[in-house]
Amino acid sequence: MQPAVEWQIGTVTRIRTEASQTKTLTVALPNWVAHRPGQHYDVRLTAPDGYRTERSYSIASEPERVGEIDFTVEQIDDGEVSPYLDDVLVTGDQLEVRGPIGGYFVWDVSLGGPLLLVGGGSGVVPLMAMLRHRAAQHSSIPARLLYSSRSADDVIYGAELDTLAAADDALEVILTFTRRAPPGWTGYQRRIDPAMLSDVLQQLGEGVRTYVCGPTLLVEAVSNALVAMGQPAERIRTERFGPTGK
Amino acid sequence: MISRGFLGRKRPAAVANRLPPGQYLVTDFPVLSAGPTPHTPLDRWSFTLEGLVGAPVSWTWDEFLKLPSQVFTVDISCVTKWTKLDTKWLGVSVDTLLQSVQLDPTAHYVTAFSDGGYTTNLPLAEMVNGQAFIAYQFDDKTLEPEHGGPARLVVPHLYFWKSAKWVRGLRFAARDEPGFWESLGYNMHGDPWKEERYTGD
Repeated sequence: MQPAVEWQIGTVTRIRTEASQTKTLTVALPNWVAHRPGQHYDVRLTAPDGYRTERSYSIASEPERVGEIDFTVEQIDDGEVSPYLDDVLVTGDQLEVRGPIGGYFVWDVSLGGPLLLVGGGSGVVPLMAMLRHRAAQHSSIPARLLYSSRSADDVIYGAELDTLAAADDALEVILTFTRRAPPGWTGYQRRIDPAMLSDVLQQLGEGVRTYVCGPTLLVEAVSNALVAMGQPAERIRTERFGPTGK
Repeated sequence: MISRGFLGRKRPAAVANRLPPGQYLVTDFPVLSAGPTPHTPLDRWSFTLEGLVGAPVSWTWDEFLKLPSQVFTVDISCVTKWTKLDTKWLGVSVDTLLQSVQLDPTAHYVTAFSDGGYTTNLPLAEMVNGQAFIAYQFDDKTLEPEHGGPARLVVPHLYFWKSAKWVRGLRFAARDEPGFWESLGYNMHGDPWKEERYTGD
């Protein structure tokens, strides 16, 4: 049997604001191991009276970055853990974590492509780990990121996505805004729908591997639409958060 | 270690005592699944008991609905850390289903299998005596596809990935064979009170 994934005490070495209500924490780990892009860590918080709670956070960074990982945390109104991570933690604080965990919602260059990544909101985080890994490997596997945000203020990794796409003919990043597009925006301004997916799929050709991460309503709509278009269900991997929203 | 500046959200003892270690309380019903939601028409749906049984048995949807059903009110805990209290289901106890087959004495483990290819493994001893059921209603309503409808296994005392959505049957075996998540780093058993989340826990 494999050994257990042990808890370890990391140190927060950097905190930066990514988007509205969203920060990235860099955590240096004494027992770092290379993850597969898409995997997560568990975070455990302990109060002085012994009360404990845990959450899972996707790894945002690529495994080529040795010794540390990034978490990107969107603060949930009324949340118990995300406001602590985003507003209370400061550089130098300790954070108890264990990982990497999860063996299905993962992609690395050895799996090949073409690669279709579909994200909504902070669902872009594990997809970013895949794109950063793909770039670090200088891979030319065709890839598209279709990324839905409420408004420009909510776009996570916007500048870095621009830079990655500008430097790479095989990568295209397609944004859509569901509430308020920036001034002068000529791209998509609606929820991700079959027409959008069909456009992107046509560019990618046969044998696409798809990863969808976001709120349940987005993941349901996107994965159902892809199956209806004839994409094999076993090549569509999903990760969801939130209730059904009904 | 104490997390500097963390106090946590205290729950009344009556609730806190029902939360397994590391879990937090939800009142909504989060959805998790590894791929697209299958949509099998009810006229092509069946439920099968197979493997180490005298003769396999299968029910159609209509036949399954005629089996004696029970209301189950149970707490459920997902390995992704949420716990939901007092969930109300209508379904058929595994004990009821087992009355229709002759189990081989060497049958000690069960693989639940589902539309879409999902599988999960459980000890037979933890599926009998009222511990597991096949549910087709949640909260007095038809079970939604996102939550595993038309029917899902519910084994409330284990992490909820063991409660296979879109379940189509149970296969009985002598050995404990890892299912889908159990092959991908998750625990073979999955007891929330022992925090058996991942391989080796």
